Order: sequence, then structure tokens, then C-alpha cells
Amino acid sequence: MYVYDEFDRTFIAERAAQFRDQVARRLSGEVTEDEFKPLRLMNGVYLQLHAYMLRIAIPYGTLSSNQLRKIAEIGRVYDRGYGHFTTRQNIQFNWIKLSDMPDVLVSLAEAGLHAIQTSGNCIRNITTDQWAGVAPDEIEDPRFWAEVLRQWSSLHPEFTFLPRKFKIAITAAPHDRAAIKVHDVGLRLVRNDAGEVGFQVLVGGGLGRSPFIGKLLRDFLPKEHLISYLEAILRTYNAHGRRDNIYKARIKILVHEIGVEKLKADVEKEWERIRDGYLKLDDAFLADIRSRFIYPAYETLEDEPEGLKRALAADARFATWHRNSVAPHKAPGYGIVTVSLKPIGKPPGDATSGQLDALADLADTYSAGEIRVGHEQNLVLPHVRQQDLYALWQKLDAAGLATPNVNLISDSITCPGLDYCSLANARSIPIATAIAERFADHDKARSVGRLHLNISGCINACGHHHVGHIGILGVEKNDREFYQITLGGKADEDARFGDLLGPAIPYEEVVDTIERIVNRYLDLRQSETELFVDTVKRLGVEPFKEALHAVH
Amino acid sequence: MAHPHQQKLKISGSVVITANRLADGVVIHRTSEGQWSENLAGAQILLTADEALAALKAAQADGLIAVGPYVARVEATPTAKPGNLREKIRTEGPTFPLPSDAPVAYLPNEVGKVAA
Ligand code: HEM
Ligand code: SF4
Repeated sequence: MYVYDEFDRTFIAERAAQFRDQVARRLSGEVTEDEFKPLRLMNGVYLQLHAYMLRIAIPYGTLSSNQLRKIAEIGRVYDRGYGHFTTRQNIQFNWIKLSDMPDVLVSLAEAGLHAIQTSGNCIRNITTDQWAGVAPDEIEDPRFWAEVLRQWSSLHPEFTFLPRKFKIAITAAPHDRAAIKVHDVGLRLVRNDAGEVGFQVLVGGGLGRSPFIGKLLRDFLPKEHLISYLEAILRTYNAHGRRDNIYKARIKILVHEIGVEKLKADVEKEWERIRDGYLKLDDAFLADIRSRFIYPAYETLEDEPEGLKRALAADARFATWHRNSVAPHKAPGYGIVTVSLKPIGKPPGDATSGQLDALADLADTYSAGEIRVGHEQNLVLPHVRQQDLYALWQKLDAAGLATPNVNLISDSITCPGLDYCSLANARSIPIATAIAERFADHDKARSVGRLHLNISGCINACGHHHVGHIGILGVEKNDREFYQITLGGKADEDARFGDLLGPAIPYEEVVDTIERIVNRYLDLRQSETELFVDTVKRLGVEPFKEALHAVH
Repeated sequence: MAHPHQQKLKISGSVVITANRLADGVVIHRTSEGQWSENLAGAQILLTADEALAALKAAQADGLIAVGPYVARVEATPTAKPGNLREKIRTEGPTFPLPSDAPVAYLPNEVGKVAA
């Protein structure tokens, strides 16, 4: 966990007070909606179909149990008892009144939470690997650097009105769990030949109506230059990014139009000017941030303790969950537990206040009081002793939080879609739940294996459909919901966009079509270990096209 | 996008003026008395572009009550019913039971059904 200092706490409280004043002036008519909208967006407040929505920042996806309880309380007191975790490691509430927003922000501030920069044309919440700090394969904890970036980017006066939003993700492991290649800037901690740790910098990735995979801007950036280099990137983007057309305003379009070489030349020229100035990170500053990350005192334990082995042998349901949801931890005798927020038949990524409270208690008992949010809209208990796994599972199961479907077809990334979102063309959630129900038999889903199914209700791609192994995109035709299907996308270190299978199909045909696609894969795969996405890679989408047409 | 005042309105069939209420975001519709109602059936049904544009302009002057007013198609039967899925969802809420801590409230209907 990271402990905020006095500056942060004072600042968040002041910002809540400022917003109270802004809301009061809006409600009294002193400011118009046009004037107010940018102010509310700066505080994470959107207007959706039925109500206002509040997006709360969860910096680098790390929460304390007390913060989780606070979120549960907000849901219970001000919303309808549940929230929605997003692909950018935030949480959204769907039903909060504007007139209650100031109280909500004050209440959040008590737990060090806020909604600043969760919306608007600024640098958004920095996201990272949900296994940061505990993954055996990482170089170092990327959250440390995400925190450096958070401090730099929070209310950065120069970058408050960028041409468009700016999203940064960072990973420290060779296996990318943070989708860095589809972010405006993607950072990967790497070691150079001399053994020094620095950053590989990617730029211009993104989804939405013009998807691009991030391009390599710099192979190796020494650590102490992280901020100066990003400042140079943002300054170049701020000066040259397009402001004439909202659809062409992201940095990916700038990269596309001028080319990465030209961008690099501009960035490096600016960087040369500022690299050794006050933005160069000094050791004292870094040491201070490092000292605020508090890790649990791990006990000296053995992997696979006897108690665990016995429970695995005795309880098949536990064994199934364990195989699916527990990953190796860097500390021997510990495990990383993914808590699926995709119970069959329920909206993906949603959790009720009761479940969040239960998780907060479980985190206190079993995971050093810490919870993580992953971009696949699941939660993680990062520090669980293997000997406690069975007890933990029983309690998760009782709270409806032990669906063993992590990385399976029912573990879909799903945007709110037309059930909530004012920009949507079509619904996402009912498609996701219907597919999950079709594959509710976990044995069948497991025999299909790892399969990422991502759904967006419009071209904005909040549901990452481009990078789903199966991607589903809602479109509208004559006031009816239709869906385009793409196959073969990936969000990891080999990120690529899926290929279109064919013409869009109506709502009623989606679930049957997806099942036919999956059955086709089962016929076509070379072995049980060939993943869906690898079969698509080997054969292309052609052999799957027949799935679009029902065989009568 | 053209400013709403300059928008040329093309309408076919019946429409209403709809918006969200400023203080809480709740969906509201404009009535023939120039008030706002949570009930779509109470909305004023407009049949011509001129009528709709005039009502929209009046609604836009109501910024203290209504946010983002716009013209929505409805079915007049004879009171207004949602004219498309988006408006249906705005009127009736999401198309699935909302998550709830009361487990019986939303048991999935097909759990356990195995794909053929
Ligand atoms: C419900 C209210 C939401 C609104 C109004 C909204 C709006 C948008 C818009 C306009 C874009 C396109 C930006 C662009 O291409 O420049 C976008 C992209 C995106 N949003 Fe949302 N979104 C919403 C909810 C969400 C949710 C729930 C998630 C996570 C599940 C999310 C995550 C993302 C992501 C990951 C992208 C694409 C990445 C990128 O920016 O390139 N958004 N959103
Ligand atoms: S993808 Fe479209 S429908 Fe889905 S949340 Fe984003 S803007 Fe809304």
C-alpha cells in the first residue's frame, strides 16, 4: 500500500470543497450547463441516460480495505447498492444525484479517494499490472513509477487542457497484463545490456474509432528521466495535436499523420532542453516515494503446504477454483487470488456494497488489507497464504465471488452499453450475460480454455472489443441493435486487432453465432493446448465464416 | 455539430421533448403546460418540425430544471410511448435486474443450462 502525505490529503479535501461551491452555483443558475460541464467532468461526473455517473480514481488499481469499505458505503448511501469496475482500474457509480456529489466527494476524501482526472482532456488515472509488486516475473514494482507519474500529472497546469484525454499504462513484466500497447503512452520497465533498469516507451496506441497499436518511441530511457521525457512528449502533443476535430485529437492520430520518427525528433529536441533541469528525478525524492510503499511482512513459508494439498484432493469445486483463480506469488507459500466479478448471468464488473464489504473483511483477514483492480474488471487479493486458500475460497463462495471463470469465455470485458451509456448504439451487458449463461457449464468453458471475449456498445471501444480474442461491437441499423464480430485480437505483449468476420448480425443471433464460432474452433484446433486465438492466428477468420450463418 | 438553435429539424411521426433533471439526472419530459414530468405519458406530443423546434427552444431556456433537452421519437397511442430502444431504456431503466444484495432478486434464469 501507498501512504498519502499531508499535501495529498489537504488537496483532496480542498478540491471537494471547491466542487461543492461549483455545484451550488450550477443549481442556483449562476453558471450555465456549458460552463459547468467541463468543471463536473474534471471531477469525474458524467451525465448518462438515466442519471449522473461518478467515476472514482483508483490509482494503479490499488485499494486498502478501508477504501473499499468507503466505496461500499457510497454505493449504499448515495447509489443503488452497487458499482461498476472499469477497464482503467476505476469504479463508476451510475445513480448518484448531482446535488449529493459534493457530499460524496467529501466522504471519499476521508478515505483518500477522489475523482480528479477521471474524465476530461487531461492525463487520466495511470494504470498498471494488477499483480504489480507480487508477480514473480516482474523487474520491480511498477506502481512505484505509477505513483511518480501520478504526482507529476496531478493538476499539471500545462496539461489540464490537452487536445484530448491522455492515458498512460505501465508494466514491469514481460507478460503485459496492463494492455500498454493500446494506451497513448505505454511504459515497460526493462533491463539494458549493462543491467540497468529503465523504460521502453511506446506512443500512440489506442482503441476507439481509429485503433492503433503503440509504436516504439524509445528503446531505453534511464529511470531518472521518466518525468522529463513524458513532459517532452506531452508538450509536443499539446502543441501539435489537433484541436479542430475531436475524432482526430488523440496523440495516436498525430503519430499516424506525422510519423513516429518526426514525433521522436520533436520530443527529443524538447527533451534535450529540459532533461537535466528540475524534472530530473533525484534519489531523495525517489527514496521518499519508495518509503511510502508498505509491503506486508511475508512469513517464511513453503509452497504447497499439506493443508492445501489435502483440501485440493478432498474438494473438487475448490480444486477447480484454485486451478482457475490462483496464480504464483513472488513470495514462497503465498498466492495471488483473482476474484471474478463475472458471476454467470450478472453484469460483468459489477459488485454490490455487500460484496465489497465482504471482500474488505476478507482482505483484512487474508491479504494484508489490500485489494487490486485489474483491467479485465476483476478484483485481486494479492497476498494470500496458500494455507489460507481453502478458508478464503469458502467465504468467497458464500459471497458469490468464487466463479471459477477467470480468462474463460464468460470472463468478458463489457462496457455499460445502451443500458446506461448515452453514447451507445446497442446493449452490451445482456449480450455478455447471455453468452455467459450459454457457457455456464464451467467444464465445457474450461475445455474451450482461455478465450477473451470483449464487448463494446459503440465504436468508442470502452469494452476493448478490438483486442478481444472474440470482439463484439454494437452498431445500430434502422433503430435495431446489430453486432459486428471480430476474431483474433490480443491485448498483451503481442497486441493486435481482431479481423472482421463478416456483416453485422442482429441481437437475437449473437449468442448462437458465438457458440458456433466456439464449436468451429473445437473442430479446428490441432490439440487441446492450442488456444482459440492461436487457431485463428494459424487459419485466419475464413474457416469461421460459416458460423455467421445458421445451418438449418 | 450545429448549435441546437440552428438545427434543421426533420421529424417523421410523433415526438416529445425530453431531458435529464439538473439536480438528480432523472429523465423528464416536457408537458403541454411547459412543465416537466417524469412520466412520458404526460409529455406533450408534437407532430410538426415547427412545433418541435419551438418547444425545444423553450426547453433550452429551462436550464435550471432540464439538462440537454432534445427531440425524441415516440409512439402516440394516444399518450406517448418510447419510440425506440434507447428511449425505452431511458423510461424503464436497464433491461436486466440491477445487482442487489438480496440474492433472490436476480437469480439468473438460465444458470446450469448446458450448451448443447
Ligand atoms: C459510461 C460512460 C462512458 C462514457 C461516456 C465513455 C466515453 C468514452 C469515449 C467518448 C471514448 C472514446 C475516446 C476516444 O476515442 O478519443 C472512450 C474510450 C474508452 N473508454 Fe469510455 N466511456 C464510458 C465508460 C467507460 C467504461 C465503463 C470503461 C471501462 C469498462 C471505459 C473505458 C474506456 C476505454 C478503455 C476506452 C478506449 C481506450 C482509448 O481511450 O483509446 N469507459 N470512452
Ligand atoms: S463503448 Fe460506447 S457504449 Fe460502451 S461505454 Fe463506451 S461510449 Fe458507452
